[in-house]
Amino acid sequence: MRVLFKTDYNQDIKFAKHSGYVFWYALLLAAVFLAPAVLDTYWVNELTRVLIYALAGLGLMVVTGFTGQVSLGHAAFMAIGAYTHAFLLTQGVPFIFSLPIAALTSGVVGLMIAIPASRMTGLYLTIASLAFAIVVEDVVIHWESVTGGNRGMVVDPPALFGYEIFEAWEYYYVVLVLLIMAIALVLNILRSPLGRSMLAVRDSEVSAQSLGIRVARTKVLAFLLSAMITGLAGGLFAHFIQFLSPETFGILLSIQLLLMIVVGGLGTVHGAIFGAFLIGLLEASISILKDLLPPAIGTQPGLEPGLFGLILVLFIIFEPEGVYGRWVKFRTFLESFPFYRRNTFKRQRSYLKTERMR
Amino acid sequence: MAEFLQLLIIGLSQGCVYGLIAMGFVMIYKATEMVNFAQGDIMMVGTFVAFTFIVTWGFNFWLGLLAAMAVMAVFGFLVDAIVVRRIIGQPQFSIVILTISLGFIFRAVAGMIWGQAPLSLDTPFVGTSNMGGAVIGHDRLAIMGGTVVVVTLIFLFLRYSRWGIAMQAASQNQLAAFYVGIPVKLVYSGVWGLAAAISCVAGVLLAPITLIGPLNGFLGIKAFAAAVIGGFGSLPGALIGGLIIGIAEPFAAAYLPEVKNIIGYLIMFAVLMLRPEGLFATIYQKKV
Repeated sequence: MRVLFKTDYNQDIKFAKHSGYVFWYALLLAAVFLAPAVLDTYWVNELTRVLIYALAGLGLMVVTGFTGQVSLGHAAFMAIGAYTHAFLLTQGVPFIFSLPIAALTSGVVGLMIAIPASRMTGLYLTIASLAFAIVVEDVVIHWESVTGGNRGMVVDPPALFGYEIFEAWEYYYVVLVLLIMAIALVLNILRSPLGRSMLAVRDSEVSAQSLGIRVARTKVLAFLLSAMITGLAGGLFAHFIQFLSPETFGILLSIQLLLMIVVGGLGTVHGAIFGAFLIGLLEASISILKDLLPPAIGTQPGLEPGLFGLILVLFIIFEPEGVYGRWVKFRTFLESFPFYRRNTFKRQRSYLKTERMR
Repeated sequence: MAEFLQLLIIGLSQGCVYGLIAMGFVMIYKATEMVNFAQGDIMMVGTFVAFTFIVTWGFNFWLGLLAAMAVMAVFGFLVDAIVVRRIIGQPQFSIVILTISLGFIFRAVAGMIWGQAPLSLDTPFVGTSNMGGAVIGHDRLAIMGGTVVVVTLIFLFLRYSRWGIAMQAASQNQLAAFYVGIPVKLVYSGVWGLAAAISCVAGVLLAPITLIGPLNGFLGIKAFAAAVIGGFGSLPGALIGGLIIGIAEPFAAAYLPEVKNIIGYLIMFAVLMLRPEGLFATIYQKKV
């Protein structure tokens, strides 16, 4: 076990706590950058999908994992990002401008939801986001001149500075660089006053307010940031699937994103990334499972959401910290062997009555 | 005028259903501070159970309805006692995620048991009446009548029965209720059972109008909008919020067809902007 001596206040907000971090993350970075050189196109494509999911999950993590407000409508932000981006491309706006505009549009729409809903308790944001997702789906279906309605919309391959990106590995690098930038942004915000306020709001709105944190403002900013990152993921997703239709961004995708961050580990950046990988695995295993099950069960359209629901329930009850939390516990067990105590990670139960007047 | 009356009756009856579902989860919210996002799906399961009793096993309609209510009460009780109770004391988002996932499980299981094809459940309320030129189906009148009966019974139950008063006490202060000897855990599970039974009635009343299918549970989302409009945590507010959305829908369908599917949510956003605590506020933001 490594003992850190703190000699400087800045040590508390360093990205790399010690040299071990530098080594392992540099190794990881090298691995993801070299991956297309050793993998074939199919796997590069799968990896790209996982990275886009990770980006969307990171967006949801900002608002749900760090600020404690469950959003059941993040698929709608992906939809807004994807459709705005695809529409701007058909209007001749270049890729490098249209992607940020798509993210910004998604963020502004997110603000319009978050500002009214944040004046009340967190529950309202959840309900508002759920209702919002349905409204967006309806708008996508009916606004045919822009979205193509139920007929869908074809997305052209992206072009950077006049160079068209057709190969899977080229697009992989675009997504990878944007994901790394987004992670850096989120990590930086987390160590800024805004990030600390978000964590405080998550842990207790009342005590955050007592400390002088403007709760509503924090929630709104978190939602803005979250909607922007998810909108960016939506824009990237548009190129990945190459064909947009309203069903792509239904409630199932929202639940999938939620499942990702809960299974990965709520409240950590690692959780969003782990979750994306796990959901990729899960999708593959569900499609295998479908062949194994008797057809009466295997061909049910509700099977996939049902399994997602079951996994969510099991994780929320038995391991609310997700896979990443389990790994942290295991690591601590190894580091402090034979002195590991289970109570180290025991969560204080806070009874619910505190946040309500009567 | 006749058209207006027709739309009003359709809206009122639809609104009664939303109101009943909304009352179910407002009850749960008031008592246990947990929001049950699966309420719509519990309604859906309740309708399927009633279908099994009445159509598959050939029970008399009223007997089948009572049996389905009893089954659903036990079901709601067990959902709380087995699953939801474990999560008490965890942060709010755990409960939201837990209940919405339960909803997805119920939907998947119901689809496996009863299939995806819409089923029809016949009720004794057939035929139509002519009122001032408007043609009104008896099934719609039954919804309104049924809602009045259910709401009155709930009011009397909460006001005068021993268990009802215990529920109110537990909802006001669970620790104090525990100290005076109220079995708080049992009361909580009882509230879940009661809410499930109420939504079963709502589902059965709605069955002749919308057929029964696993996706009926999505009606619960409209009921949420209803609860927000009425002010979360107020039982009369939930009913009135439901009526507002219910009445707005057929009128929107007739005069503003572009927004007919989303009018309820638009009203909800308007209420959130103008009067965020809802029309009948019982929850205020905690001032520090």
